[in-house]
Amino acid sequence: MNDAVENKFILSHLWVAFGAFILACFMGVYQVLERSGFIEALTSPSVYFASVSTHGVLMAFVLTTFFIMGFGYYVASTSLKIPIWNKPLAWTGFSIALGGTVLAAIPLLIGKASVLYTFYPPLLAHVSFYIGATLLVVGSWFWCAIMVVMFYQWKKANPNQPVPLAMFATTANALLWLWTSAGVALEVLFQLIPLALGWMDTIDPGLARTLFAWTLHPIVYFWLIPAYTAFYVFVPKQAGGFLFSDEMARVAFIILVVFGLPIGFHHLYMDPEQASGWKLLHAFGTFVVSFPTLITGFTVIASLEIAGRLRGGKGLFGWIGTLPWTNPMTLSVILSLLMLIFGGFGGLVNASYAMNAMIHNTAWVPGHFHLIFGGTTIIMYFAIAYYFWPILTRKPLFSDSLALIQLWTWFIGMAIMTTPWHVLGLLGQPRRISSVAYNSLLTLSWDPYEFVMIFGGFVLLGSACLFIYNLAKTQLSSASAEFVQQVEYAEPIHAVESLPEYLNDFKLWNKVIAVLMFISFGVPILQFFFMDTFGSSGWGY
Amino acid sequence: MHIDPLERKWAYTALGMAGLFVSIIMVDALIHGINAPSHVETIDSARLHLSEEFAEDNLGVKVDAEGAITVRMVAGRYSFYPKHIAVPSETKVTFRWVSTDVLHGVHIPMTNMSTMIVPGYVAQVTTSFPKPGEYPVLCNEYCGLGHDHMWSNISVVAKENWTAPTNAPVTGDAK
Repeated sequence: MNDAVENKFILSHLWVAFGAFILACFMGVYQVLERSGFIEALTSPSVYFASVSTHGVLMAFVLTTFFIMGFGYYVASTSLKIPIWNKPLAWTGFSIALGGTVLAAIPLLIGKASVLYTFYPPLLAHVSFYIGATLLVVGSWFWCAIMVVMFYQWKKANPNQPVPLAMFATTANALLWLWTSAGVALEVLFQLIPLALGWMDTIDPGLARTLFAWTLHPIVYFWLIPAYTAFYVFVPKQAGGFLFSDEMARVAFIILVVFGLPIGFHHLYMDPEQASGWKLLHAFGTFVVSFPTLITGFTVIASLEIAGRLRGGKGLFGWIGTLPWTNPMTLSVILSLLMLIFGGFGGLVNASYAMNAMIHNTAWVPGHFHLIFGGTTIIMYFAIAYYFWPILTRKPLFSDSLALIQLWTWFIGMAIMTTPWHVLGLLGQPRRISSVAYNSLLTLSWDPYEFVMIFGGFVLLGSACLFIYNLAKTQLSSASAEFVQQVEYAEPIHAVESLPEYLNDFKLWNKVIAVLMFISFGVPILQFFFMDTFGSSGWGY
Repeated sequence: MHIDPLERKWAYTALGMAGLFVSIIMVDALIHGINAPSHVETIDSARLHLSEEFAEDNLGVKVDAEGAITVRMVAGRYSFYPKHIAVPSETKVTFRWVSTDVLHGVHIPMTNMSTMIVPGYVAQVTTSFPKPGEYPVLCNEYCGLGHDHMWSNISVVAKENWTAPTNAPVTGDAK
């Protein structure tokens, strides 16, 4: 599908996403500088916390949601070879999400919503922040509905045929997001907005945190699934080989969705309002979801090995050298997997119920998620952008070598910035502080790491600017209008002729999720209505 | 469905690794009793000054008749009260933390003392401090624009040198 209207529609989503991204990168550099306390003139908690709140919202909600919607529309129309269903509805969803973003951005930027992107009631932001964030999510629900409709349109027209893997993964993500966003939607609609409008005098922060935890873990899979999708459906072809296993990819996506949902309490390990049995249950589930990631690692590396050997690689490791390291998609997957190994190691510590106490709410935690999100996930967003831009704009990429430099510098910058955070976390530095004002000798041991962190931040900002520059130059260039390139999906090495229905549909899995969610969250949520709880009034900050 | 024999082996290996990690966590939690702070206990944060337990005179380090040490602390923007406490090393200490306003979190670097403090709930942690020294007590959850300035101090005193606070209602044979 290379319809000009659809291309414009998809580019609109991606530009909103990357516009949010570059703005948030500038804020990130300001934050590392301010936080270190090395530059006296920058010190300002009110600007810092407004910036951190905005950086979080832009990166975690705006960049991701718009990127995932644009990516999903493109995958749906090209892998199914049918036009996007109901374009007016799709534009409506885009407009609602964009309107919500603006509505939330205004209080954020003027310091009226410095409650961080995790809301933290009973701190109270301006009500338009909550309404804007809700509209962003509501807009994304339009996308979810369109993905599900297109999935079934195709299935109806192609009975008993395996749904293309790219669309299977995208629909899995749409369903995941519907389930995921329900928790935070309940919190915002029944607690935060009524409190902010004065309809309610108090809310229970314990219940609010429980509902937010429902959303807080699976949302990371919502962000990650497009990266995994690219691993499976673009990388093998771009590297010059075949996908090692189509079926195991489906198994991985199903387990991610089903077990990614009922495990949010690993964000509440240190919380007093939930009992240890529930936390242990969620800890168990957390280790179950390491399984699809380990399977993905295997399948992707095996696919790369096929490519490397087809290109003449010999011996145990010879195939690594023969991979096309100068292909942005191939380079990205290698860097992305390396970040996944570093970040995954830290994640095992966070997930470990008791060990987590050592690093809870310290600088270790942003170190971990900047590796997995800023590293693994965003590197693949870059790769997808470099792959899609020439196709969508019908112009060759402005500079391939700039793209390679950008990917390498992003990887190196992220490693430089996050390593000191891990060390600082072990040395006890809290996350979310705007200065190091403690009257303690301990803080002396933090200084050298703060220098390294700042350096990493600048490398990342430089890399982010190169990325935007390359995309903008591509789109604005006056290159020939005749440049046409098609997206190519990887072929599995063993063709999939037929699939059991449970690997080709989600009806069964929705029922399984409903049961698991009831088991994991039923009593923990209902307890607040049976216990003698005391509400908290809203507070400024 | 086609699964390559090598991938099948890897899948079992992956499951084995996850199983090993989960087993260690479960043994620690269920047999050794190492648990995250999960004492589901509610309290009215707006009326702490009227509650028996967290009235001002009861805050800080207290030793009961059996010699058990309990530390009651109130977190409020922007400090932990009392501002300074002293506890013995290598001795079990039970902390009971409450918030008088918003969400806080607290940890003492280089120790296992860490918990969230959610308004409306009592956060209880029992731990011991192996190494004597002066430690900061840091707020680790964003609680407002003065969050950076929210800390207090704890002295961990070698247990042979530690004496119970004089105003503590010490009874029995506690050291």
